[in-house]
Amino acid sequence: MRNWLKSGSPWVWLTAASVSVSIIMVVGLLMLIAARGLGHFWPADVHSFEYRDDGGQTIKIAGEIRDTEDVSTQQIIDSGIKLETSEQWTSRHLIKTGNRELYGIDFRSLLDPLISTRSQDPEMMVIERREWGNFYGSLRQVKLDGKIIAEGNGSWDSLQQQIAATSETFATIHAIEQGEIGSINYTLERLRLKQRSLELKGEDSPEALGKIEEEKQSLQAKYKALQNQLTKHYAELNRASLVAETIDAKTVEIAISKVVMAYQPNGMSIFDKIGFYIHKLWEFVSDEPREANTEGGIFPAIFGTVMMVIIMAILVTPFGVVAAIYLREYAKQGPVIRMIRIAVNNLAGVPSIVYGVFGLGFFVYFLGGNIDQLFFPEALPAPTFGTPGLMWASITLALLTVPVVIVSTEEGLSRIPKSIREGSLALGATKAETLWRTIIPMTSPAIMTGLILAVARAAGEVAPLMLVGVVKLAPTLPLDGDFPFLHLDRKFMHLGFHIYDVGFQSPNVEAARPLVYATALLLVLIIIALNLTAIAIRNRLREKYKSLEH
Amino acid sequence: MSDSSAPMTHGINIDTLKSKQSNTAGDVAETALTVKDLKLFYGSKQALNGINMTIPKERVTAFIGPSGCGKSTLLRCFNRMNDLVDDVRIEGQIMLHNQDIYHRDIDIAALRRQVGMVFQKPNPFPKSIYENVAYGLRLMGVKDRRTLDEVVENSLRGAALWDEVKDRLHDSAFGLSGGQQQRLVIARAIAIEPEVLLLDEPASALDPISTLKIEELIYELKSKFTIVIVTHNMQQAARVSDYTAFMYMGDLIELADTDKLFTNPTQKQTEDYITGRYG
Repeated sequence: MRNWLKSGSPWVWLTAASVSVSIIMVVGLLMLIAARGLGHFWPADVHSFEYRDDGGQTIKIAGEIRDTEDVSTQQIIDSGIKLETSEQWTSRHLIKTGNRELYGIDFRSLLDPLISTRSQDPEMMVIERREWGNFYGSLRQVKLDGKIIAEGNGSWDSLQQQIAATSETFATIHAIEQGEIGSINYTLERLRLKQRSLELKGEDSPEALGKIEEEKQSLQAKYKALQNQLTKHYAELNRASLVAETIDAKTVEIAISKVVMAYQPNGMSIFDKIGFYIHKLWEFVSDEPREANTEGGIFPAIFGTVMMVIIMAILVTPFGVVAAIYLREYAKQGPVIRMIRIAVNNLAGVPSIVYGVFGLGFFVYFLGGNIDQLFFPEALPAPTFGTPGLMWASITLALLTVPVVIVSTEEGLSRIPKSIREGSLALGATKAETLWRTIIPMTSPAIMTGLILAVARAAGEVAPLMLVGVVKLAPTLPLDGDFPFLHLDRKFMHLGFHIYDVGFQSPNVEAARPLVYATALLLVLIIIALNLTAIAIRNRLREKYKSLEH
Repeated sequence: MSDSSAPMTHGINIDTLKSKQSNTAGDVAETALTVKDLKLFYGSKQALNGINMTIPKERVTAFIGPSGCGKSTLLRCFNRMNDLVDDVRIEGQIMLHNQDIYHRDIDIAALRRQVGMVFQKPNPFPKSIYENVAYGLRLMGVKDRRTLDEVVENSLRGAALWDEVKDRLHDSAFGLSGGQQQRLVIARAIAIEPEVLLLDEPASALDPISTLKIEELIYELKSKFTIVIVTHNMQQAARVSDYTAFMYMGDLIELADTDKLFTNPTQKQTEDYITGRYG
């Protein structure tokens, strides 16, 4: 035993074990969120149950089995439910029944022993709606302008046609409202501000005002035309409807304009299901959220996260590099610089919410407020930059991550061999020329390392963002076709906050839980993608500037 | 070449080098640099104790002496490389063109363009061969492609490297061997046409063949440049230099014709050193 200890192999085992534990934890975490999140998009079968409820009556229930767990029988009996079973454990199923407008809730718990029959009706249909969540039932009729155009067996194809047509109209309306009308509104608002600004400056001559008025008129005319178009499209939209029957024989009429898609999972082949899965997954990453973020996609959040990280990187890199150059190259190394260095290192350890509070107090209210007074007086009292927004969020995160960039840049600078500096100086270069032409390019891999760490930290940060610019639902993206294209004053959505919001602030937590996992997985994937890009760039730089090693 | 220099002659074709060299050694040379009572302190420790010497123009002057005797420190005074060291204090004067290089109005970058330097270890920049040689010119603001091409070629030829690298000028300088890198660094230094070239043990990190090439190169270069070389290797000093200075513990003990210093030193310390009694 003593020999074994002396041989050093326990040490090898210990180190290997800690590496294994780390890997297992990372892989396990990823697998957990992947399994929980990605399963959500698979079209689950719809089961029909006959169930004896608390009152002893038999009711019919249809829905997807979301979860099954074993509960102690005693516990169930203690809670007042009559159960005739000798088993110690009883299965309890969580069923997503949908039809919220009828039942008030989306989910029901069923105890396995109380289910008398269970079946899978191939005609059972799931309708994904724009409001009230999913509908489960069977199709009876399809109506157009109040007249029945299909009934019974043939109505499924007719329904799909109507949905396709309506979706197209819906997309057109959405494009007009979000695109053209949004753009007109934005321009009108800018004209209003321009007019106000002229008034404030006392330059509101009749010609200038007339010109603005003219532009307004032409925009109004355009708006009218679009409005007419919209009215027509809306009339088109509201023509078709469907009539369906729930499992407990209630008849419901649903306007097709409220339907996103309808499918019959029980009748789907495996290829249909795979196609459906890919479609849903794509919708998830490319669409806007619906129903208080619990349905639809998360594209604005992905976009906002990436945008913010990029702006932060653009801000933090020059700032951190310049600070590191001063500390390492120009400042006289002494107790003061040592103190500053300790302070910088400690900044990295300050809790991020503190940065959020600072960002709100200093950047948003103080800086933003003053910017508004100086440059945007026409918009007051409505704030332009004096309110949380993309720019302040990026700056706050840049401040949060700047110590990381400083530290790794400083390390990179200290690793450049003295001989390279001397070589450059001996050729008549000044210190600044030496830095600019030789030292900084050679330090760039270290700068990239700092940036990688900064990006990883910034992309995952939520707490400070809640104070300085992230919102639950942003009506517009921070980047669009209206001048000046990048709107730094806008609020934006963020994946990290989206997870918090969907998981813990949503009215329908049970329905949203898989989305939390899916969003978490996506956030991790985005951070990995950003990091891999940075690492690839760093490796190329390293190859280029690898210093003398002999 | 007397027999008394025998201990030093077991190198590589010294005799040919020596015979070439003796052509110029006898002439009286102009002065390139004059050192007047130069004292240097690292903090409170004195490293140079009042050096007085002249460096002749377009000749090779070698500094020899045991480690820590101050020969590299003295060399680095000629282009004010010691300024980079914290806590260094220098007294006295070094005259270049009747101008004290330690005068406070001196432009250090301009001085370093006049007094070039090559270091012990090859230190090419992480750039292409071409860009390494063009570095000094680009600093001076030369942008014309043709001028750059011409100077790069001439400098590489001057450093006897052109034939080896002409087909891969735009490859990384790190792809060259140690000896080639050192010649590249010399090419880089002579590209800006300095008057004085300081060589700080330029061959100590190289193999014998590369060393020989560098020595031949030094011989070629002295027709255009004043060369000051620090070396640990006495045979090398004997082979390449016209004048040799022996330093010991921060003092200049003896500066004389190389032949004379090695065959007939006037100082006992010099004799002890070159015959291997210490150092």
